[in-house]
Amino acid sequence: MPVSRDLGPMAPPRTPFWTRSRIRSALIQVGFVALLALLIQFLLANTMANLDRQGIASGFGFLENRAGFDIAIRFSPFERNDTYLQALWTAVANTVVLAVLGIGLASLIGLVIGLARVSPNWLISRLAAVYIEIFRNIPLLLQLFFWYFAILRPLPGPRQSIEIGGGAFLSNRGLYLPKPLLDSGAQLTLVAFATGLIFALTMAHFARRHRAATGHSRPVLQWWIIGLVALPLATWFATNASMALSVPALEGFNFQGGMVILPEMLAALLGLSFYIAAAVGEIVRAGIEGVDHGQTEAAQALGHSRGQIMRLVVIPQALRIIIPPLTTQYQSLAKNTSLASAIAFPEIISIVAGTTMTQTGQALETIALAMAFYLTVSLLIAAIMNFFNWRVTRRSF
Amino acid sequence: MKLCTILTSAAALMALSGAAVSAQTLEEVRERGYLNCGVSPGVAGFSNPDDAGNWSGFDVEVCRAVAAAVLEDPDAVRYTPLSNTERFTALQSGEIDMLSRTTTRTLNRDTALGLNFAPVMFYDGQGFMVRDSMDVDSVSQLNGATVCVSAGSTTELNLADYFEANGMTYNPVRFDRADEVLAAYDANRCDVYTSDRSGLAARRLVMSDPSEHVMLPETISKEPLAPAVRHGDDQWFDIVTWTVYALIEAEEFGITQDNIDEMLASENPNITRMLGGEGSPVGEWIGLDNQWVYRAISSVGNYGEIFERHVGPDTPLQIERGMNALHTDGGLQYAMPFK
Ligand SMILES: N[C@@H](CCC(=O)N[C@@H](CS)C(=O)NCC(=O)O)C(=O)O
Repeated sequence: MPVSRDLGPMAPPRTPFWTRSRIRSALIQVGFVALLALLIQFLLANTMANLDRQGIASGFGFLENRAGFDIAIRFSPFERNDTYLQALWTAVANTVVLAVLGIGLASLIGLVIGLARVSPNWLISRLAAVYIEIFRNIPLLLQLFFWYFAILRPLPGPRQSIEIGGGAFLSNRGLYLPKPLLDSGAQLTLVAFATGLIFALTMAHFARRHRAATGHSRPVLQWWIIGLVALPLATWFATNASMALSVPALEGFNFQGGMVILPEMLAALLGLSFYIAAAVGEIVRAGIEGVDHGQTEAAQALGHSRGQIMRLVVIPQALRIIIPPLTTQYQSLAKNTSLASAIAFPEIISIVAGTTMTQTGQALETIALAMAFYLTVSLLIAAIMNFFNWRVTRRSF
Repeated sequence: MKLCTILTSAAALMALSGAAVSAQTLEEVRERGYLNCGVSPGVAGFSNPDDAGNWSGFDVEVCRAVAAAVLEDPDAVRYTPLSNTERFTALQSGEIDMLSRTTTRTLNRDTALGLNFAPVMFYDGQGFMVRDSMDVDSVSQLNGATVCVSAGSTTELNLADYFEANGMTYNPVRFDRADEVLAAYDANRCDVYTSDRSGLAARRLVMSDPSEHVMLPETISKEPLAPAVRHGDDQWFDIVTWTVYALIEAEEFGITQDNIDEMLASENPNITRMLGGEGSPVGEWIGLDNQWVYRAISSVGNYGEIFERHVGPDTPLQIERGMNALHTDGGLQYAMPFK
C-alpha cells in the first residue's frame, strides 16, 4: 500500500488533487482500461474489415448447419445429420469425461506413488522415484503415442480377438464388454440402491455423532442391510424387473452388440493419468513430508499404528499443503486433453478447432469457442478445488 | 502436431486482427525476395523434403514455376508444410502467398473460405485401400468397417455421405495429420484407409509392406486438386492461374525444358508470343516482364514433363495420365489460349 503523504500533523502544503496517490492511481487505472478497450475495439474493427475484404464468412450462424461427419467416441448423442452445435456439445462431453476420468485415475495413481515415495522401504521408494522421473520428464505427446501404439501393436485383429471370459473380447479395435440391458424396473432398482446407500450412510453418521457426544455406540448393521439389500430387492420384485445382457459377437469386420472401450479412449486416459500422476506423487510426498515430524512422534507415543497415524494425523494436515498445487495439476490435465487429438480422440481441438474449423473456414469463431471452453473448465476446476481447500483449512484438528 | 494448428491459428488471429492483409502480393513477394508457398508435409511425389531440406514434387513445381516467373529464380521459395486443418488459415492470414497442396476445389472453399483457385493441376477422386488378405474387392462390402481418415478434408465428408447414401455403417478414426492416419492404418487399427487416390498411391510407398495393400476399384468423389490464393488480389490470382496454364499450354505446343530455346525461333506465332518473342505483350498484360512464361517453363518443364518426373508410370507412384492427359489426348487438361 502506498503511504498517503497528506496525513499527519505536519501536513505539507496542499498539492494539486491529481498528485494525491489514491486519486492518481485511480486515474491511471481508468486510463489503462480505456486504452485497453480502445485497442480491443481497434483489433475487432480491423478483423471485421479484413474478413470482409477477403469475403470470408464470419459470425456463429454456421453452428446451425449440418455437420456431415461422424464421431466414433461420443458421450452425448451425435450423428452426421446433426448440426455443428451438436458436434460441439459432443466434443465438450467427450473432453469433460476424459478430464474427469483422468483426474480420478491420476489422483489414485499419484496417491499410491506419493505414499510409496515416503515409504521406509528402500526398494519401494526407489521404484516410485524412478516412475516419477520417467513420466515427468518425457513430453506428454510422446507418451500418448507410446500408449496408443503400445495398445495397438501387440493386440490381434478383431477376427483373432483374445477372449477374456464372461463375454469380453480384446483386440486392436478395443475392449468389447457385455452390456447389461436394464428395463424400467431394473433401473428403478438402481435408484433404490443409491437411495439405500445414502440412507445407511446418514444413519451411520448419526450413530457416530451419538457416540462422540455420549460415548455409547449404537448398532448400525440393520440400516446397511435395509439400505443395500432389502430396499433394492423389494423394488426388484415389486416392479417385476428383469435384466438381459447384450454380449458382443463377431459379425463381419468387427464385434456388434455389447459396449466398447476404444483404443483412442484408453490410450488418452492412460497417457494423461500416468503423466499427471507423477506430478501428483511429488505433491503428495511434499505434503506428507511437510507435516512436522513431531506430529508423528506424538501419535506414536499415544500408541497409534502406522496406518492410523497416516490416516488420522498426517494426511488431514498434509491435505492443506497438497490441495493448492494439486489444483494446477488438475487444470493441466484438463488442458492437456487437447493433445489427445493427435491419437484420434475426438475432443474439442479435434472436432471444433480441427474438423469444424476447416470445413466452415471460420477459424476465429472456432478458436474462440475452444478458448472459451478451456477457460471455463479451468475456472471451474479452480472453484471446486478452492471450495475443498476452504473445507480443509477451516476444519480444526 | 496440434500445437502447430493452434500456433497457426493464433498467428492467423493476430494477422487477421492486425494490419490489413495486403492486396499487393506481387510487390510484397518481390520486396521479400522469396515466395511463401504452402505445401503438404511430406507426400511422396507431391511435396517431399529430402535429407538436406530441399523440397521436390508435383505440387512443389507449381511454387517453383511461380517463383521463376515472378522472381526470376525457381529456388526463391520458402516452403511451409501445412496439415489439412492448418492450410486455409495460413493462406487467409497471409502467412503464405499461395497454397499448392493436394487441395480440392469446392464451392465452400471458393466462397465462404475466401479463396480463389487456379486451374486444376490434378484431377483426382477418393479411393479406398484395404489389406489384400481381407478378400474385399468392392466398397459395397465395407459395411461395419473401421476407416482411418484425415480430419478437415473433403475425404471425411465424402465418406459419411457415401455410407449414408448406401445405407452402410462404419467407424471413423480421424487424425489431423496424414502420417498419423497412415501409422494407425499400418498398425492395423483400421480395415480401410481412404483418401484421394493419388494420396493413397503415395502413402502406400511408405507402408511397412506396400505389397500387402490393394486399392478398391471404386472412386466415390471428384477431387480436382488445384493451387489456391486469397480473395482480394486479382493480379496475383492471374499470375498463379496463368503460370499453371503456361505449363499445360507448353505441353500442347510441344515446348519442353530442353527444346525451349529452339522453340523461341518457332514459325508458330502463338509459340513465340507466349514465350515473349519480339513484340509480345504477355508481360505487359499481366504486369511482369516478357520472359515470365519462358522462365517458368525452362525452370520446371511442361505439364507432361512434371507429371512424368514425379507421379507418372515410371515413378514409384505409377499413376497413369488418365483424366490428366491433354484434351487433345482425350483428357481434361485444357489451357486457355495465350492471346
Ligand atoms: N483433397 C482433399 C484431401 C487432402 C488430403 O488429405 N491430402 C493428403 C494426401 S492423401 C495430404 O496432403 N496430407 C498431408 C498431411 O496432412 O500430412 C481435401 O482437399 O480436403
